[in-house]
Amino acid sequence: MADFVMPSLGADMESATLVKWHVQPGDVVKRGDIIAEVDTDKGIIDVECFQSGVIERLVIEPGAKIPVGALLAVIQGSENSAAVAKPVSVPEVATEAPHVRVTPLAKKIAEELSVDLKLLAGHGTGPGGLIDREDVENAAQTKMAAQPSRGRISPLARRRAAELRVDLRHVQGSGPGGAIESVDIERSTTQAKPGDSMRRAIASAMAKSKREIPHYYLQTRIDMSAKMKWLQAENAKRSIKERLLPIVPILKAITSALRDVPELNGFWIDGQHRVSEEIHLGFAISMKGGGLIAPAIHNVDKKSCDELMADLRDLIPRARKGRLRSSEMTDATITITSLGDLGVESVWGVIYPPQVAIIGLGKIMEQPWAQDGMLGAHPVMNATLAADHRATDGHVGAQFLEALKHHLQTQDAP
Amino acid sequence: MSENELKAMLLEGLHQIAPEANPAALHGNQNIRETLDIDSFDFLSFLIALNEKLGVQIPEADYGKLRTLDEMLRYLVAKSAS
Repeated sequence: MADFVMPSLGADMESATLVKWHVQPGDVVKRGDIIAEVDTDKGIIDVECFQSGVIERLVIEPGAKIPVGALLAVIQGSENSAAVAKPVSVPEVATEAPHVRVTPLAKKIAEELSVDLKLLAGHGTGPGGLIDREDVENAAQTKMAAQPSRGRISPLARRRAAELRVDLRHVQGSGPGGAIESVDIERSTTQAKPGDSMRRAIASAMAKSKREIPHYYLQTRIDMSAKMKWLQAENAKRSIKERLLPIVPILKAITSALRDVPELNGFWIDGQHRVSEEIHLGFAISMKGGGLIAPAIHNVDKKSCDELMADLRDLIPRARKGRLRSSEMTDATITITSLGDLGVESVWGVIYPPQVAIIGLGKIMEQPWAQDGMLGAHPVMNATLAADHRATDGHVGAQFLEALKHHLQTQDAP
Repeated sequence: MSENELKAMLLEGLHQIAPEANPAALHGNQNIRETLDIDSFDFLSFLIALNEKLGVQIPEADYGKLRTLDEMLRYLVAKSAS
């Protein structure tokens, strides 16, 4: 038997609202099945099952807002190691938290402030992921803010907030002593813009990245003549529906380079560098009207160019509509950001924790290019790397960019 | 199909891929992709839709002739006449 808990769908997620169940008690599920829909900062996410088995009990009713790590359902499992097999991408899923490492002082304070230490497992900011006093105090503050004491919010306001799905942490009370009244809830719904929660999520993840990750940056210029020639010849043979975009062979070259230099493909978790065997590229997609999201394209190294193009055609509109799967939110092992469409020459990324690198792609532009004593005009692209100096050094980064250059400049089909 | 009908169809297609922008306000000589913030993925989707509606084949080498609304109209009129 295993607990199915609210997964963390990103470094910045604290909670989500259950929208609906796709299963009932007694249903047989297998790993990867969509069993629920949850509403998050990044739109509606289809939550996939981590293990195969039979649904024994659904614990949470649709409409409830649930913190990461809280019990959603109980699954009678045949294969209950699945959640444990993927600790890297979903560290918060560990339900029993056997290794909650906490300082004695933090433990005492947690008891006083009734903070559940299990929910902090994996979030400690002390040495080696140790939970310290500051972590506990921060958690207590968040908790208090999330659930204002009964005296500070009117029952009607509380009900309206639940109905309108208003996050009470962001409501300014106008009643006596700052108490939140129903008018405050109504006002907050008219003020909140649709992109606000995504903006906050990005703010929190990027601030965490810049606070904790010592980035180093490298750049190289790549002659794209060979790849563009290959692409043109390929597209000339294809109907418009089957044509490939330049990003497709570029993503293939990136995965080949990551096979050569695997250190950049993985995570930094609990003070340890964990290289990933699988290559799932997080592909940054800008949202119409602001914000961005970087869902994972799975196993890019094992896919053909056509399969990859089909993936992009499926993924990009789905990301923009806010309809991603939980595995796409959590599995990326490295991120790619491309701003070339807007004419940007170079982009220096901010690493999405707990990943250890982000690759930036600029516009492919015709540029003077000297080679073998001759000057010519070539299509040239700037590729950049921002990497976590705790996990790798500039030498590894340089090896990666050299490998990328090699794979992009070769005549071979990707 | 008249030029006006063609133009209405192009604007409808642009609205599909850039719903938050206002294609109707587009001038005939403005760069469509820059003005409406359309990326290469959306632009390809737009061309696929055109191909489905008009049956016009648009080789990749011709993408450079489709930067503005005026250019597109000229190109499509010439294509459908040939």
